[in-house]
Amino acid sequence: MEYQITRDGTLSITRTISPLVKSFSIVIVFLAISIFFTFANQYFLTWSNWLNLLRQSSINGILAVGMTFVILTKGIDLSVGSVMSISGMIAASLVTTTNEHFVLIAIVAGLGTGAALGLINGLIVARINVPPFVATLGMLSMARGMTLIFSQGRPTANLSAPFRWIGGGDILSLPAPVVILFVVFGLGWVVLSYTTFGRYIYAVGGNEKAARTSGVSTRIITGSTYVISGLLAGLAGLVLTSRTTAALPQAGIGYELDAIAAVVIGGTSLAGGRGSLVGSLFGALIIGTINNGMDLMDVSSYYQQLLKGAIIVAAVIADQLRK
Amino acid sequence: MASPQEGTIIETANMTSPVQTEQPASAVETPLLVAEGLTKSFSGVPALRDGRLVLRRGTVHALCGGNGAGKSTFLNILMGLLRRDAGVVRLETENVEFRNPAEALHHGIAMITQELSPIEDMTVAENLYLGREPRIGGVFVNFALMAKNAAALLRELGFEVSARAKMSALSLAQVQLVEIAKAFSYNAEIVIMDEPTSAIGEHEVHVLFEAIRRIKTRGAGIIYVSHKLTEIFEIADEYTVFRDGCFIETGRIDSINRKHLVTQIVGHEVTMVEKGEPVSAASALLEVSNLSRDGEFKEISLRVAAGEVLGIYGLLGSGRTEFLETIYGIRSPTNGEVVVDGAHVPPGNPKRSIRLGMAMVSEDRKESGLVLSASIAHNITLSSLARRAVGGFIDQKAEGETVKKMMQSQRIKARSPRMAVENLSGGNQQKVVFARCLTTNPRLLLCDEPTRGIDEGSKQEIYNFVRKFAAEGNAVLVVSSEAPEILQVSDRIAIFKKGRLAEIVDGRTTTQKALMDLAS
Repeated sequence: MEYQITRDGTLSITRTISPLVKSFSIVIVFLAISIFFTFANQYFLTWSNWLNLLRQSSINGILAVGMTFVILTKGIDLSVGSVMSISGMIAASLVTTTNEHFVLIAIVAGLGTGAALGLINGLIVARINVPPFVATLGMLSMARGMTLIFSQGRPTANLSAPFRWIGGGDILSLPAPVVILFVVFGLGWVVLSYTTFGRYIYAVGGNEKAARTSGVSTRIITGSTYVISGLLAGLAGLVLTSRTTAALPQAGIGYELDAIAAVVIGGTSLAGGRGSLVGSLFGALIIGTINNGMDLMDVSSYYQQLLKGAIIVAAVIADQLRK
Repeated sequence: MASPQEGTIIETANMTSPVQTEQPASAVETPLLVAEGLTKSFSGVPALRDGRLVLRRGTVHALCGGNGAGKSTFLNILMGLLRRDAGVVRLETENVEFRNPAEALHHGIAMITQELSPIEDMTVAENLYLGREPRIGGVFVNFALMAKNAAALLRELGFEVSARAKMSALSLAQVQLVEIAKAFSYNAEIVIMDEPTSAIGEHEVHVLFEAIRRIKTRGAGIIYVSHKLTEIFEIADEYTVFRDGCFIETGRIDSINRKHLVTQIVGHEVTMVEKGEPVSAASALLEVSNLSRDGEFKEISLRVAAGEVLGIYGLLGSGRTEFLETIYGIRSPTNGEVVVDGAHVPPGNPKRSIRLGMAMVSEDRKESGLVLSASIAHNITLSSLARRAVGGFIDQKAEGETVKKMMQSQRIKARSPRMAVENLSGGNQQKVVFARCLTTNPRLLLCDEPTRGIDEGSKQEIYNFVRKFAAEGNAVLVVSSEAPEILQVSDRIAIFKKGRLAEIVDGRTTTQKALMDLAS
């Protein structure tokens, strides 16, 4: 009762300015954490460590971009970790030393696998109206099963040099995965900010019925976000496989949670319609920084898990309190 | 309603309340509640500059004012949802300042809001005693006793609601009765009702009014907020008008007329819209033949000519909203055909309907009309965005121009087009919906309850707009449950009854009484 009255009343003034404050505050949180680690460890603020940090964040960043699209439409994609894994596995199988194809074929196969599984998610969610949580939870299990069947539970190693370059190479002295992340982020940002498609995503997430009444093809919009998420999961799978120089059947387990965390820390609402890609990028960077900083400080990985979770919840609580 | 006084503004003798449980002598003289000089600012912007109200026992006191008049702020201060900057609130003789609604409730003030949130799967009794269920051994809920208490309470108040019914099975008016009963179970003496009829049909309004009259005779005071002036004149004993955060006037409702009240609310005299000449047999812009949808409406055929406003009137559940949504293509008909401007309208495809020249102002702005989290600009251009896009990219310049033009022509008052729609008043929100509809240059406008929950001034602007739009050679369908509104705006009125088209009457000659008789 209390909530409803205030919602209708005059307290809403603060909400007009909150998008500004929001994207700003995430940067402050990021800087605060960085400053803390800078004082805590002398290696933290070095160029090589930052390249390392960015490289470590790139996979989660790529996933977070796709996840932002999905969450903006009020959805969720739990399958990205498994989709990564099957995409990486299929791509890897095409570039081993015993079965070597042109690297582009492997890339197309990996991305295609991701997009195809994303399309299945999208159709089940948008066409058959299965709740996204359930549909993608199913895909999480199915794609993992596909990986295990396809690989017979064995890793695929001995990948060709051009393929290994995706995760290990440099472009203009920046690690290739970081460049890929920036390109993905840039494209995503342009789509969300400057295209009708982007505008429709916000509209569908904000109020699907109103969007439909206004003539937006809501099903196509909703479904497409899963294709984007799947495609980017495929891309992340390529980067991961290349970086680890082998496709592992258990690769990508739990990655969906970090991606969701990045989006949520970045201020995108799970209720849809509000949020930004900039926030998600910084969300991914914050998670990466926490991991990296604690590694440098020699915090045991058991404690890292605990602290990371606490920091995620604290970041969101801080955000709530400010509102 | 029996009151011996004539035109006296200050004094009301309260001899008609038979059930005065406490302090019978002083209660007659001392008002239940007196608020004086309440002020409240939000980040320097005053929302309430001088809020005043005197509520007497056994009266219904209408609090009137346009959007932004400060009513909500005033009520929220009374309820302890907001802290006042200055002013006094007295309950009988005690000065009070509540910190939260629970404290207000403890002192006998309850508020029944626009958006009720009952727990649908629980029974009436369970909702009434939520959080204070009678228990056996402090652990198990004593359902039998709870149902008995609830039934006794409802019977005492004379509300026809079964204590064992599921909330989901109740009508909205009945849900409100349960809320009122709940307030009474806390011994509330002051009940604040904020737009209680905004979502219920005419018949249910009578159920609610019956209940209000009952609790009034028990000595309660009711603060009644509504934009529907007809209701205010029917139910209220006294009124207070706020405008721009200030107290303007108070008095007895039977000492003023409708026009006076509108003038006080709006701040200047309002000219009512004039209808144009009756349309001759111009070309039909909309032709509906034998349209049916199982369980909702059956075999409806009608034609709307260019230049005409057709009103659709009917009680809640008469199928009017469903009919309108089917024409627009949100719902698919089981039978029948819709032709707009000579073209067949495919079912289930609003996008196509818009291309054929239709636009829809839906019943519920918040639920299906607007993307509340998005800005004014983005809402206005949502329907027309694709038309101006180049290769999927938004033409920012064209968009800015459209927004500017629409905000001017629809007189949308906002600091910036980038402001989120959720921060606008109801009237301005509805103007945004109209603006969005107009960006696609429609020829047929479908309006479902176009003035629900918005203030008198904005209502008149919308009526004017609808008439003007039709006069330009377009057609409008207006669904409304408010008879005066339908009569004011329509050339012809189609009366719906239980999913059937009962009759089509002339909007110029029909009276309100006739309309209501035909519909029920």
